Amino acid sequence: MPKLTINGIEVEVEQGTSIIQAAEQIGIEIPRFCYHDKLSVPANCRMCLVEVEGGPPKPVASCAMACGEGMVVKTDTEMVHKARKGVMEFLLINHPLDCPICDQGGECDLQDQAVAYGYDRSRYHENKRAVADKELGPLIKTTMTRCIQCTRCVRLGEEVAGVTELGLMHRGEDVEIDTFVEKAVSSEMSGNMIDVCPVGALTSKPYEFKARPWELSKTESIDVHDAVGSNVRIDARGGEVMRVLPRLHEEINEEWISDKTRFAYDGLKKRRLDRPWIKNEKTGKLEEADWNEAFTLIAEKMKSRKADKRAFIAGDMIDVEAMVAAKDLAEAIGGAALECRIDGATFDTSSRSGYLFNTSIAATEEADAILLVGVNPRTEAAMINARILKAVRHNKAKVGVIGKACDLNYAYDHIGTTAKDLEAFKTSKAAFAKAFKAAKKPMIILGMGALQGEDGQAVHALAHEIAKTYKVVKPEWNGFNMLHNAASRVGALDVGFAQDDFYIGDASFVYLLGADFDTSFLNSKAFVVYQGHHGDLGAHRADVILPGAAYTEKTALYVNTEGRVQQTLRAVMPPGDAREDWTILRALSAFLNTPLPYNTHQQLRDRIVKEWAQFGTLDVVPSETWEAFGKKGKVSKDVIAPAYENIYMTNAICRASETMKACTQEFFLSKQEDMAEAAE
Amino acid sequence: MRKPFDLNADYQPESFTFKSKKDVKDVLGRYPDYAKKSAVMPLLDLAQRQVAKEGAKADPVYGGWIPRAAMDEIARIIEQPPVKVYEVATFYSMYNLEPVGKYLVQVCTTTPCWLCGSSEVAKACEDELGIHWGETTKDGLFTLMEVECLGACVNAPMVQINDDYYEDLTPDLIVDVLRALRDGKNVPIGSQTGRRDSMAVTGPTTLTEQAKKSGVI
Repeated sequence: MPKLTINGIEVEVEQGTSIIQAAEQIGIEIPRFCYHDKLSVPANCRMCLVEVEGGPPKPVASCAMACGEGMVVKTDTEMVHKARKGVMEFLLINHPLDCPICDQGGECDLQDQAVAYGYDRSRYHENKRAVADKELGPLIKTTMTRCIQCTRCVRLGEEVAGVTELGLMHRGEDVEIDTFVEKAVSSEMSGNMIDVCPVGALTSKPYEFKARPWELSKTESIDVHDAVGSNVRIDARGGEVMRVLPRLHEEINEEWISDKTRFAYDGLKKRRLDRPWIKNEKTGKLEEADWNEAFTLIAEKMKSRKADKRAFIAGDMIDVEAMVAAKDLAEAIGGAALECRIDGATFDTSSRSGYLFNTSIAATEEADAILLVGVNPRTEAAMINARILKAVRHNKAKVGVIGKACDLNYAYDHIGTTAKDLEAFKTSKAAFAKAFKAAKKPMIILGMGALQGEDGQAVHALAHEIAKTYKVVKPEWNGFNMLHNAASRVGALDVGFAQDDFYIGDASFVYLLGADFDTSFLNSKAFVVYQGHHGDLGAHRADVILPGAAYTEKTALYVNTEGRVQQTLRAVMPPGDAREDWTILRALSAFLNTPLPYNTHQQLRDRIVKEWAQFGTLDVVPSETWEAFGKKGKVSKDVIAPAYENIYMTNAICRASETMKACTQEFFLSKQEDMAEAAE
Repeated sequence: MRKPFDLNADYQPESFTFKSKKDVKDVLGRYPDYAKKSAVMPLLDLAQRQVAKEGAKADPVYGGWIPRAAMDEIARIIEQPPVKVYEVATFYSMYNLEPVGKYLVQVCTTTPCWLCGSSEVAKACEDELGIHWGETTKDGLFTLMEVECLGACVNAPMVQINDDYYEDLTPDLIVDVLRALRDGKNVPIGSQTGRRDSMAVTGPTTLTEQAKKSGVI
């Protein structure tokens, strides 16, 4: 552990810490462009120069110089200032003075540091160089003349996204970032390039010329587009969400978010339900209504149906509060079936260890053998895929896939395609089985795709057996994981919003709580209430529509696939008459003469914590005891497909989003066409 | 200088394969398995030389260059994304990314050569070949290129043609060289004035004893 002095402050750091990191630890800021603490160190911008006493008589790049015992570092001397000014002057030689029309303005590293370290005028009178802009698809807008060649985007693509498509071409004065062959950056993590770009070379296309950072109110929230629970910051102006950015959470999403999380926000402004609607029984058309009419009608229909014919279905983006309120309401009126697995998955919900991502997202990168069953982590949980990529790169982890072959950004052994192959894996002698057996930290990731058949329970039990055979669960390591793809799912299972012995098609009263799915199997005579925020699949079938709030418009609890409880914060108000979901259910309960015993959000939270203590503490990963689960049985010979292959069209918000539509066309459909062509 | 290239040009071949599997194996054998990507530069060179060999027999002739298909093939061999090979190929000036003449005439115009008359040498080249910088003669024999210092300043001015240096040039001497190459005659490489290596023009001025002993003079 070397001890060194920085600006007179003594600090002891881990072996291998660079000077820039050591300075950061004691709160001294060193300017930088190319250095990023989650990426490799190229040391090519030279902005982080410092003086090291007793070292070479020249400034050294603090990002690439490891701390040594007894080093005396100065970051505030004349030599350092002169060096930084010189670097800055060279960087600005070819950087256009277009800050007023640049989207990065106000949150630009170069702008900030030019104010702090630059000269106030230019000595350069020659022509600046111009670089042709690159076409990188519907998400990233390029203005390559602004690029300062820090190569953060290149390294991000290679190291985090696992897709090496950008490179630093040519050299010297002609150097530029390019894909070389014209194509869009086809990564589900590409939006992060915009974040890491220290200048305005890569900016967000949908956000182009929309707002300035100082006009935005920033709300720290979480994402509900998948079950990862990425931490995000929602930037809003007035009543409008202007953009979504990642927020650092080392145990979940680090500094990244997926493109869906980042760019689907324009779907929040389209196809919104902003008032109650009632279907006219004669014409079959929806007509505007007020809350009283809607509630009266629902209360009447709800009471007239038998308890065993009523069902509440929770959708993919519904919060815990709403589900608890719905559950309480169902109990108050004498009972109803509750279900949340609208994707048709069946599995044993009795043991929490059976449906959680037990290993935890952060520990995934420690794994040394990973078996993926019916899951494409790249589309279902891009953040977890980034961790798997790390495990593959750093631990040389072996990956095996059972299910339809999918396009992953690392090599894998394709073991089989059906649940039968999973059964055979128990006694397999293949190379991957051997590696899996020998692994110190093996992981099974069971996806929803594997559980959607009628043999869901049997597959669940089979996965348990395999976990036992291969000793996946050890005292200090639980390698059994179920990967959910809906933000609401784990919370719903926790509060008991699942029922295996009920077929929804039998129900004559169905209450869809933000549930958007193929409703064709519902009883055609059933009375359907849809409460949610988008006029999507669920609303199309509804007899009454109640407008709810989207995740950006409510403060609500969600549980991610690890079992970690987190909450969203309200960034904007719901549109029109729309209300937070639990308040709608609370109001409805009064019309049924069974008012729920809570009037404020806090009272409801207290009610939840009383029954399920885990909701009392936010942001903690539970460690569950390993129990038996599943029901042994015959498994089918059908090919297991991942729950979905197109990451961009998975819920009502995405389906309303123009950006996601463009992504589907550019990244998904065109790829499928290519594959179809190749197959011919 | 920015290298000209066009990945979608008509001249780009559909595919590329290395003729000699042995040569590829030799190159790969120089590096341990985990550092396979180090083979990128010798493989690019191998590809360029293979194309040059093919070009010498073609009609019209052409010189060594690296098609995109070759870069993709190399990426496959060294198990890297193609963009990593493109990066290297665009960085180094000695990899040609579009077809060149059979003889690539690289005229040094950096200060020492310039002081010794490289402008005239360059002019002589242009007049003799009828082309300017970056152009190729119609018969595919010559491409003319301006380059920075090639490190033979003692014998300035100089020109590099393919792998060989031609030094101590005057406008007349370079024209002789070019004509001889065009006619397929042998041209001595190195100094064109008969100077031995980079010895002073007037003969050795130091270590004369040793020079005599080893038979230099």
